[in-house]
Amino acid sequence: MKRRPFLKTTLAASALLLSGLFPFSAHAADTIKVGILHSLSGTMAISETSLKDMALMTIDEINAKGGVLGKQLEPVVVDPASNWPLFAEKGRQLLTQDKVAVTFGCWTSVSRKSVLPVYEELNGLLFYPVQYEGEELSPNVFYTGAAPNQQAIPAVEYLMSEDGGSAKRFFLLGTDYVYPRTTNKILRAFLHSKGVADKDIEEVYTPFGHSDYQTIVANIKKFSAGGKTAVISTVNGDSNVPFYKELANQGIEATDVPVIAFSVGEEELRGIDTKPLVGQLAAWNYFESVENPVNEDFVKKWKAYAKAKNLPGADKAVTNDPMEATYVGINMWAQAVEKAGTTDVDKVRDAMAGQTFAAPSGFTLTMDKTNHHLHKPVMIGEIQDNGQFDVVWQTDSPIRAQPWSPYIEGNDKKPDYAVKSE
Amino acid sequence: MTTALYRLLFALLLCFQWSSSYAGDAADFSAANSSKQAKLLQAWAAAPDAARLPLLESLQNGRVEADSNKTPFYKTDTGYQAAEGGDLEPVGKLRKLRLNNRLRGLIAITMASHQLFSTDPAVRLLAAQELQKSAKPAQLQLLNERLAQEDDADVSEALSLALASLQLIDSDPQVRLAAVRLLGETGQPLARVRLERLLADSNETDAAVRTAAETSLAQVKRRLMIGELLGQAFSGMSLGSILLLAALGLAITFGLLGVINMAHGEMLMLGAYSTYMVQVMFQRFAPEAIALYPLVALPVAFFVTAAIGMALERTVIRHLYGRPLETLLATWGISLILIQLVRVLFGAQNVEVANPYWLSGGIQVLPNLVLPYNRIVIIAFALFVVVLTWLLLNKTRLGLNVRAVTQNRNMAACCGVPTGRVDMLAFGLGSGIAGLGGVALSQIGNVGPDLGQSYIIDSFLVVVLGGVGQLAGSVTAAFGLGIANKILEPQIGAVLGKILILALIILFIQKRPQGLFALKGRVID
Amino acid sequence: MTMPLNQTLLARTSAKLGPRLSIAVGAVVLALLIALPLLHLTPADSAFHVNAYTLTLVGKILCYAIVALALDLVWGYAGLLSLGHGLFFALGGYAMGMYLMRQSAGDGLPAFMSFLAWKELPWYWVGTDHFIWALCLVVLAPGLLALVFGFFAFRSRIKGVYFSIMTQALTFAGMLLFFRNETGFGGNNGFTDFKRILGFDITAPATRAALFLATVILLVASLLLGWKLARSKFGRVLTALRDAENRLMFCGYDPRGYKLFIWVLSAVLCGLAGALYVPQVGIINPSEMSPTNSIEAAVWVALGGRGTLIGPLLGAGVVNGMKSWFTVAFPEYWLFALGALFILITLYLPHGIIGLLKRGEKQ
Repeated sequence: MKRRPFLKTTLAASALLLSGLFPFSAHAADTIKVGILHSLSGTMAISETSLKDMALMTIDEINAKGGVLGKQLEPVVVDPASNWPLFAEKGRQLLTQDKVAVTFGCWTSVSRKSVLPVYEELNGLLFYPVQYEGEELSPNVFYTGAAPNQQAIPAVEYLMSEDGGSAKRFFLLGTDYVYPRTTNKILRAFLHSKGVADKDIEEVYTPFGHSDYQTIVANIKKFSAGGKTAVISTVNGDSNVPFYKELANQGIEATDVPVIAFSVGEEELRGIDTKPLVGQLAAWNYFESVENPVNEDFVKKWKAYAKAKNLPGADKAVTNDPMEATYVGINMWAQAVEKAGTTDVDKVRDAMAGQTFAAPSGFTLTMDKTNHHLHKPVMIGEIQDNGQFDVVWQTDSPIRAQPWSPYIEGNDKKPDYAVKSE
Repeated sequence: MTTALYRLLFALLLCFQWSSSYAGDAADFSAANSSKQAKLLQAWAAAPDAARLPLLESLQNGRVEADSNKTPFYKTDTGYQAAEGGDLEPVGKLRKLRLNNRLRGLIAITMASHQLFSTDPAVRLLAAQELQKSAKPAQLQLLNERLAQEDDADVSEALSLALASLQLIDSDPQVRLAAVRLLGETGQPLARVRLERLLADSNETDAAVRTAAETSLAQVKRRLMIGELLGQAFSGMSLGSILLLAALGLAITFGLLGVINMAHGEMLMLGAYSTYMVQVMFQRFAPEAIALYPLVALPVAFFVTAAIGMALERTVIRHLYGRPLETLLATWGISLILIQLVRVLFGAQNVEVANPYWLSGGIQVLPNLVLPYNRIVIIAFALFVVVLTWLLLNKTRLGLNVRAVTQNRNMAACCGVPTGRVDMLAFGLGSGIAGLGGVALSQIGNVGPDLGQSYIIDSFLVVVLGGVGQLAGSVTAAFGLGIANKILEPQIGAVLGKILILALIILFIQKRPQGLFALKGRVID
Repeated sequence: MTMPLNQTLLARTSAKLGPRLSIAVGAVVLALLIALPLLHLTPADSAFHVNAYTLTLVGKILCYAIVALALDLVWGYAGLLSLGHGLFFALGGYAMGMYLMRQSAGDGLPAFMSFLAWKELPWYWVGTDHFIWALCLVVLAPGLLALVFGFFAFRSRIKGVYFSIMTQALTFAGMLLFFRNETGFGGNNGFTDFKRILGFDITAPATRAALFLATVILLVASLLLGWKLARSKFGRVLTALRDAENRLMFCGYDPRGYKLFIWVLSAVLCGLAGALYVPQVGIINPSEMSPTNSIEAAVWVALGGRGTLIGPLLGAGVVNGMKSWFTVAFPEYWLFALGALFILITLYLPHGIIGLLKRGEKQ
């Protein structure tokens, strides 16, 4: 009688341990497994869920055309739940248990940094679709989002141009994490090179989820009295609403002090009353409102897919820059596999160099021969009251990425090709 | 006869010229590229023409569109009207004329210089005020002319101020002196910059003007300082009122009932979602009265959250009275379920709650101080809720019962107080007040499933710091924290400020474990 | 605490049972846990091979189990519910992380510092390239913080709910502090990309196996320590303190020293668990300090059974196992399940799983 509790507890404990030991993996020989590593729960689910759906749509599309190497692609979706250690764990699971040929995933820099050692250790292949701070070039990652010189620097050049309002003073406002920090550091060095003095640059950081922007907006106002000012905002997701609301309520208009954001896109504008934001700017490599046949087709496909799969908010489905980057990344990978004739990571990596793809942005994007980044066009959009952007400026042709920004000391010694971090 | 004929001819010619210049403006503008458009606007700003007003107005409202021949059209409520007049039909697809921020700024200036000719003094005053900020040297002559002809005193004053900024570079020291003195009268942040520029690098050589500029600068700085201090005090009050609204419900559920209500944040969240639902209903059924939706949302949010609160009290919390740490875990579980429920029902995305017009914008109190309406209303609302709660607790039978149960549950039960019912009602009251807080929070920030999580720690700190069971304590603590936060933030930044406040609270609680306003008593467990 | 819990179940039952069975069962589990890393060393194509994924997953859960045990020492025995144990765990992790970062960086600065253009290491990084000093920090950082906080808190007799809320505020402040990039701990990114530990490649199977074994040893050691403490007079004073502090004081005991000792011990155990967690999981960042994580740790303890030694371990295993399964099978419903678990335990299972098993045994 009295032995039972012990027996039970021990059994429960060992069953639990064992359950992790022998995960079974179904194996079908005639498919190629493709991992999708985006958070579907937790704080990042807002942004990442749509990337997962976009990846699934693209895979469906490729499969409908006959797949890759005559085989169908089989997506393996896992949920790292916005938990950074879990990204590494799930990445390892994809590579060792599911044996995926490639993974599309991650949003935040910290999640990428978390899985990176795993992908380097096991020689996996990761496609990362979001704009980021650069300062990284792993042979196991292809970066289909923008490096700082493909987003931040052209945006500031625009603000300094006549059309952008010839800004002389810059208020760099960001959430305190690595992307704003690095971007602002690069921007400060860039502004110095353009002859802007330190007294005309103000750098302010807020914690995650900051919601009280009274003091900061008052400071912007004070700062802007000293000359034509632009605000460069790397404020993260949720904090943007209180920030823009406070700006509007304190009477700062886009014509006086334009705000250019690097993290506000169509998807973020979906849950926002856009009236106070009209006229503010954002810099990306793609906007849903871009007019060209490829994009029309892309947007139409996405809306139809959202409706067919009954995704939440399907009636208001929008496309955005990271979704385009996901779409381009998967298609390029498929092309590279066809070219290499195998899914072997080393061969696919070689075949990726120089791949081209006619992207929804209206440009033919090229994967750089050496540095694992896409050549991308830069566009500045103005927020409209319908939650879309009106493109007010764009580059003539795609720009080559500089993952090691020349504006950061010591980067001139870094090689412009991928090497394992050691 | 000939003279009459000449006059007629001349008039016709004038008329022709006039109409052609008018017709040309819109067409020129729509055909030009953006830098040429900017030049056009600058030229127009220096030489206003009343006939251009419809064009400028339409540009400002974004109603100018061009067809494939670049012929401009005005978009009206019913259809399109050719900007050049006549019955032209658009050729091809109409596209909205693209404006950038620079052009929009120039349009505002041009519009203002056109409006200086308006017959309405109020319009002229607004125009002159706009020009104070943004007048360009090219407009100097125009402003001088208008000032000479202006008969309204207020407008005159505004115009001379607008002129003063431009006159700082006048060659006549007397003009500069007058301008400098005038600028000293204002509290404008811009005046400060202009005066500083004048004084810097010995731009100004005339000694009298220099001295006057220094006096004026000191004067302007003093006024700006006052504005800044008031602004800081206001933002502290505003933050305090938000903390108070967030914490007030908790002051009842935790302070009076002793329930560690971790689901309190979710009551705020449900209040905010109720506001969203009311807004959606208004959009659907009564779009003409949409501005009133926050008022309707108040009772709705109160009753929705109160009902949910009472249901929770009956089903879960009443089993846990006297086991405070267990209520913590159970209510945390409730909060997880509520968050996920909202996520499943409304989606993980934030929902859109728009400010009605009377909660948008702000009132300009001083040149460098704008008080946003939504914050003013929220401060007033917070005070209203405090008064309401105080009245409920101190002047009603329910309040008497609640206080009795708080002080001595057994004795109250012996005297015939239905403690179970009182607990339920008190918990409902606390939840309902949290719901009211949610309505207010929806007007300043995001409305999403995680809304409550960001307020829960702050709420607890307010209640603990104020002293459990003390309404006055919570009020003092909320405003104290708000103001302290806003004093620290400019000095050491938002993050360190918050950390420092947390550290101070922890230290303070060590010193006075019962909070600011401790209940005095000799009870020991 | 109006409901005095029984004294440690483990101690009592094993006293009645005789130690034989419990030792036997414990030995089986222990043998399994020791076999796991050894099987990891077998060739990858062998039928008995345990892959790195499984090993790190189990290793992670074991680290959580140590946290649960540490939390149980203060909550289950001394009645102090801490909602800030994540802070101590993360501090230990960070101390170890500093050493690992220095190992990867060699003579230079850690990567995150060099690209924020820092020229030299902040003073608190001095000596972290020595493993011994890093180990000292693993103990000292959480230990000293707990000592200072505990000294003041217990001196002014903060207890119950106040204590919980203060610890929550403490971990929240810690999280904000570590999120700042200027603090010098890598901000939101924290530490990643570790290469070597004591000169060994951190991804090598032997290193992993050794780390896993170290975790098992720490777990066993803390169990033994807990057992000894619970059976000692010290343990009985603690329990008395939990159930009726004033009466204990009137009996002439000064509760402060007892509380402070168990509180610091618990914090140090958490720090050690964190130090073992980081090299196995490969990342440490401030979200480990978020109040939510600490509350979840309280649930492991509550689910398993407070005031017992095996309970918390069971709780940590069951909740994390469920989490792994739910987030794959039904990601949408995980929070419903967790929330319902919280409510059901507090309403119907005040003694947790252990209590349930015990009730079954009585009938």
